[in-house]
Amino acid sequence: MLILGIESATQQVGCALGGHEGVLASAHSARGRRHAENIAPQIQFVARQARVELQDVGCVAVDLGPGLYTGLRVGISSAMAVAYALGVPMIGVSSLDLLAFAVRHTNRVIVAAIDARRSELFYAFYRQVPGGVQRVSDALVGTPDDLASELLATSEEVLLVGDGARRYSEVFNRLQKTDVAEQGLAHPSAASLVQLAHARALREEFVKPWELKPIYLRVPDADINWTTRHSP
Amino acid sequence: MTALDPSDNAPAIVLGIETSCDETAAAVVSGPSHVLSSVVSSQADLHARYGGVVPEIASRAHVELLTPVVAQAVIEAGLRDREVQAVAATAGPGLIGSLLVGVSAAKSLALVWDVPFVAVNHLEAHLYSSFLEEPDLELPVVVLLVSGGHTLLVLMEAFGRYRLIGQTLDDAAGEAFDKVARFMDLGYPGGPVIDRLAMTGDPEAVAFPRPMYADGYDFSFSGLKTAVVNHVRTHHDLDVADIAASFQEAVVDVLVHKARKAAEEFGAKGLCLAGGVAANSSLRERLLDACVAAGISGFLPSRSMCTDNAAMVAAAGWQRLHLDGPSPLDTGANPNLALPFILSGKPAS
Ligand SMILES: [Zn+2]
Repeated sequence: MLILGIESATQQVGCALGGHEGVLASAHSARGRRHAENIAPQIQFVARQARVELQDVGCVAVDLGPGLYTGLRVGISSAMAVAYALGVPMIGVSSLDLLAFAVRHTNRVIVAAIDARRSELFYAFYRQVPGGVQRVSDALVGTPDDLASELLATSEEVLLVGDGARRYSEVFNRLQKTDVAEQGLAHPSAASLVQLAHARALREEFVKPWELKPIYLRVPDADINWTTRHSP
Repeated sequence: MTALDPSDNAPAIVLGIETSCDETAAAVVSGPSHVLSSVVSSQADLHARYGGVVPEIASRAHVELLTPVVAQAVIEAGLRDREVQAVAATAGPGLIGSLLVGVSAAKSLALVWDVPFVAVNHLEAHLYSSFLEEPDLELPVVVLLVSGGHTLLVLMEAFGRYRLIGQTLDDAAGEAFDKVARFMDLGYPGGPVIDRLAMTGDPEAVAFPRPMYADGYDFSFSGLKTAVVNHVRTHHDLDVADIAASFQEAVVDVLVHKARKAAEEFGAKGLCLAGGVAANSSLRERLLDACVAAGISGFLPSRSMCTDNAAMVAAAGWQRLHLDGPSPLDTGANPNLALPFILSGKPAS
């Protein structure tokens, strides 16, 4: 089954196409947070590079977050629309799962940490299992210091991955037995998304487009915007 | 009026998407004014407890509601697979996070269906709402566009040719309704609540100011709102219905006076109402009276076409497609998008 993956939970936006032959094409850009502008042209581009027709896509996979809300919504709205227009099912994957999956070959404890702004992180703990990783904690929102105290409490070696881990690397580099993964792994990858979704597609873990729910981890701020308020 | 020429074989069936504020809407039109379906899912209940629209709550709701709303509009239009010939979406003005949901979905639909995408200006879409119900309206017309975000007097000379006659210098008319209702604890949205209360009140009970009544075509409602607040604070024996009626009367007086003056000065053949405040019953009644008095035709779209909807977006999309062609797939949203194709100065008579 041909899977289209759309990923936009951080400053980066990415698209990939693939299936049982692996990833056929992928594209990522991380300039100026132009998610809404970039996604449709990027889908077009990866389809051409993979030399497939969008009509042949059998499933749309999307990063559900947590992450930057506006970018996340742009990706999820685009993915839902593609799935609806094609009449195909969807698979949603967490951004933290994608980050951890990319470093699945380590036997250290993996902590995926995404920059949540407001001096906070979205993070979760993972362990290596055959063929991938398994999440061993809830996905949480907290300060870098909150996470650092949790890491102090574990006696194991830890690999931190994600743009949140890199942004606050000074805090984490002070800890013993803790490493921060390189910049190249700081954003969830659309290629990982297609790989993870393919495994789940084989188990037919599909949902309908309107059943997907973004992972926000925070309740909305209740600030009223009068200036752009439009109808009574 | 080449825009209405049906002889070319450009796309006729347009799916419109509207997510600029707190209505999630999708609609299908065939040609410039034939509505095949129009679905609106209002989030008003979600925002009611805050007394105004909360952008983050609105954006979250759009993501959840949009796909089912689009699916329903396509089904209600009786379309089979791939019969949509173009997809239009509001690209501004409005709440950026909300706009992006609609624009992103619309571009993806257009990409997969391999049809043109058209970015639509929300204000321009409102100007077309009258034509959906009255396709033969004679131009030029003056449109009084009054909503929670906007108060504009526009001379529409032709499709795509507008002259901005006046606008609000501070609060929009609908914003004044919302703020007064919030201050008096009347609930949300303020427009319908005050409209209902005013029916049992005396519009002459309190002589609230008529800001800028005799000064040109611009509006100002912030001072009026403050006058209401001050009056309520200093009078403890007041009748809420009287306050609502007197406040509404002051707003309507100014709107109707300026709209009529503009229609007469600019030689308009008619006067149209648009925007959410156009649902106000006193404004509708008084505007029609003014049209009769001025000897011009008045047009009031039905309430469902006044408030935000996607049929007007699809209609404006049809016009834009025929005037300018499609928008590129890297189009974004602009929260401060201005009304396009504004001409300056007075029209040649
Ligand atoms: Zn509006």
